Amino acid sequence: MSRFNTARHSREGGNPATLLARRISHQRHWVPAFAGMTVRGLVVSLLTAGALLSTNATAQDVLIRNATVHTATARGTLQNADVLVRDGRIAAVGSGLTAGNAQVIDAQGKPLTPALFGGISEIGLEEVSAEDATTDGTLALGLTDKDMVVRPEFDVTLAYNPESVLLPVARVEGIGFTLLGAIPAPGGSIIGGQGAVIRLDGSADPFGPKVLFVELGGNSAATLTGSSRAAQWMLLDQLIDEIRGRIPPASDLALLTPSGRSVLARYIGGGGRVVVGVHRAADIRQLLRWSQRHDVRIAIAGGSEAWKLAPQLAAAKVPVFVNPLANLPADFDQLGATMENAARLRAAGVEVGFTLGDSHNARKMRQLAGNAVANGLPWEDGLAGLTRVPAEAFGVGDRLGGIAPGKLADLVLWSGDPLEVNTVAQQVWLGGKAMPMRSRQTELRDRYLRSDATREGGGLPRAYPAAVR
Amino acid sequence: MLRPLAVALAATFTTALIIGTPNYAQAAPDTQPARFTQDPYPSTYRVIASAPVLITGATVLTGTGTRLDDADVLMRDGRIVAIGTDLEAPADATRVDGSGKWVTPGLIDVHSHLGVYPSPGAKAHGDGNESTAPVTANVWAEHSVWPQDPGFLAAMAGGITSLQVLPGSANLIGGRGVTLKNVPATTYQGMKFPGAPWGLKMACGENPKRVYGEKGGPSTRMGNVAGYRAAFIDATEYLNKNGKESTPKKKRWWQSDEEKADSDADSGGKRDLKLDTLAGAIQGDIKVHIHCYRADEMATMLDLAKEFGFKVAAFHHGVEAYKLADRLAAEGVCGALWADWWGFKMEAFDGIQENIALVDRPQNGCAIVHSDSDEGIQRLNQEAAKVMAHAQQAGIAIPPERAIRWITQNPAKSMGILEQTGTLEAGKMADVVLWSGNPFSVYAHAEQVYVDGARVFDRGDRSRQPQSDFMLGQGVVPDSMGVAGGVR
Repeated sequence: MSRFNTARHSREGGNPATLLARRISHQRHWVPAFAGMTVRGLVVSLLTAGALLSTNATAQDVLIRNATVHTATARGTLQNADVLVRDGRIAAVGSGLTAGNAQVIDAQGKPLTPALFGGISEIGLEEVSAEDATTDGTLALGLTDKDMVVRPEFDVTLAYNPESVLLPVARVEGIGFTLLGAIPAPGGSIIGGQGAVIRLDGSADPFGPKVLFVELGGNSAATLTGSSRAAQWMLLDQLIDEIRGRIPPASDLALLTPSGRSVLARYIGGGGRVVVGVHRAADIRQLLRWSQRHDVRIAIAGGSEAWKLAPQLAAAKVPVFVNPLANLPADFDQLGATMENAARLRAAGVEVGFTLGDSHNARKMRQLAGNAVANGLPWEDGLAGLTRVPAEAFGVGDRLGGIAPGKLADLVLWSGDPLEVNTVAQQVWLGGKAMPMRSRQTELRDRYLRSDATREGGGLPRAYPAAVR
Repeated sequence: MLRPLAVALAATFTTALIIGTPNYAQAAPDTQPARFTQDPYPSTYRVIASAPVLITGATVLTGTGTRLDDADVLMRDGRIVAIGTDLEAPADATRVDGSGKWVTPGLIDVHSHLGVYPSPGAKAHGDGNESTAPVTANVWAEHSVWPQDPGFLAAMAGGITSLQVLPGSANLIGGRGVTLKNVPATTYQGMKFPGAPWGLKMACGENPKRVYGEKGGPSTRMGNVAGYRAAFIDATEYLNKNGKESTPKKKRWWQSDEEKADSDADSGGKRDLKLDTLAGAIQGDIKVHIHCYRADEMATMLDLAKEFGFKVAAFHHGVEAYKLADRLAAEGVCGALWADWWGFKMEAFDGIQENIALVDRPQNGCAIVHSDSDEGIQRLNQEAAKVMAHAQQAGIAIPPERAIRWITQNPAKSMGILEQTGTLEAGKMADVVLWSGNPFSVYAHAEQVYVDGARVFDRGDRSRQPQSDFMLGQGVVPDSMGVAGGVR
């Protein structure tokens, strides 16, 4: 199972987008070559204000009054607080703020948080996981896992489709940004390529700096390096030899293109963030040595056994993105998996974020954080793992991941505790724009929520507009 | 269940005669030869001895749609004795203070692959799909179950007391599923739910046609349906020959050698494991569980069931079940569903988060939250809570006492074990969960889990946190979930 896909998928489901994951699925499974202030009340007030007319809703100055503001910053949680939004950014956070000509929303004490992180995903890179023609998150130029094609320059953000139906589905549940992943696959290499943070506001381009993806460990990754994880270090060192010129570009041993050399060089020696998918403690130990030797700014995704090295990870300032629901020994790299992983890492001082690796169900991220809290992680850290930690780790912390003056007004008003499974998002703002709380799924829901009684009498089927039925 | 069905079949029979088309349902005989459901691999499950237990002052969801506040639950000799207020405890009873806590029936998952696709996911552990032929009604999932799968114990920590382990969905007809009591055992027979009927796993749509598309078919949905029909035609004929105990004809002195009794015609010939299972399904002794996503395909399967005279217990995964919720309710078919999974393949593209609530909505609606996942099975209560929240948002208020049925009473009904478990009623198996609070919360923990009155898991008591053989000596000790990694 890909380290980036940290969900324990069912037999049916989806572990979808990656060929690598599909191969593993094949082994394991059958898969062959595969409204309080009611919502209504809120919507009405926004409609009146003309803010919900289309996806092209225009930014409007907004004063959200009387909220429980979870800032996800050092200020913590502010009771009965106001947040003033101007020109798409947060202008002020405090009490008794004056609206001026801003639209006023009375939150009636409900929780307000920054818009949440959807994990490392392929939102906008895949529409239907099992339909290859709709997926773009992996590169496989070689025929098999024996054909190693190393292309760090591969950049998945070029395939990003902001009109994917997955965006609104995630957005109405409070997801505001995600890290597009480039997932290693057979016919590629353990270096999956590059991705970046995108905001789910429908904008076309990445919002954050490029991030490089690498996968290590047993199972899937080992098959990409001659059946031994030991060869992963050999390969990585060889690539560094190439970018340092110790292996001439014309050498038969050279694996990189000129572009690949220049891209990879940006991540070595204190450069861009490298996200490493890895679970086993022994592999994480080697990773820490390697990254320190070459001054590589790593983050770990998966990390089922990371808690065993918590003090070392804290000292090396390595953020770890975990799936707290991964508590079973899914494979021999995860024998130490535990629901207390997040709590133990945080207690040692590690910055802990969450990732699920499920694009369609990215909305499940809140459940990950909630379960981590139910198993010992402080609540504020649970929220941070969905906001501040990913924003900072992936180079957008100055603009996202917190409610503070100067940051983008990417906000969510909740019906209750945002980490609870029985809570829903009541309104999402991205860049100060109230997002329509509609998706393809709410359309389907509303079509079938109505009785089909007219059909009994020979009326028009549901496929016709409700108004004429 | 069987009586009304028989009436319906008789009516169908008449119609069939008039229009002159063959109708296989007519052939189903009334007598049921035990042979189709004989069990040469019988349960050896033994109740763990326990003193009586009285849980006092808890919020009790009975699983029958009732909520009792500040109520007591008394268990003795493996059975529920009483639920009420101010119950008197026997002298030797263990008293458990339930104040501030909630009590529910033990949770039941109708769709699990624990044991057949166990952790760790080794190559050697892929025992859930006999994907060598599209119809393998002859295989029994129980023969693949590895009782040491650590997932069973993780599920126990999540309140699961019974589960149905099914074959996978590679095949049109995948084989028999088995219902287990979720207790640690060295053999699966030691977990086998005494007297529970088997399930028959069938699958619609993409999976079978993808698996067999290049292996001789079926390669299309029409090929799938032709495959089910061919199998049930065989089963009907088999049932005709084997349905009634027939005595071999005696050979008379005047008969010539050529007039020998035809052993095939008289006894049905050699026993066929495949057809035994299908015959058992037609007779209603094996519950039919069908993996089926799309509404149109579910409708086709309902017609297929009528054609051959079997009853569908539940459609599993039906992400489009909401599109024909009324019909499912009218025909008494349950929808075993996820709270929110969708989009991983075309037939899962129309998933909505209110699916379970909409299947639950009609009168006699039977909604089930199922897992199909070693992660999901650990928190069926949270999955149900997500549905409740989204239903609320859509204007459908569902109280806890109703929602709990999705993970207790309704799965028990679909599995044919409701008379023994699935609700808290006097006389039933004392399969009970004591929750730290309202179970429809991410923060709720199953504090104590009882199977047949025995405390098989206790979050606060290391002596009641079982561990799989596999996890011994791996350098890890149970965490507070009693599951996995901890500091030695």
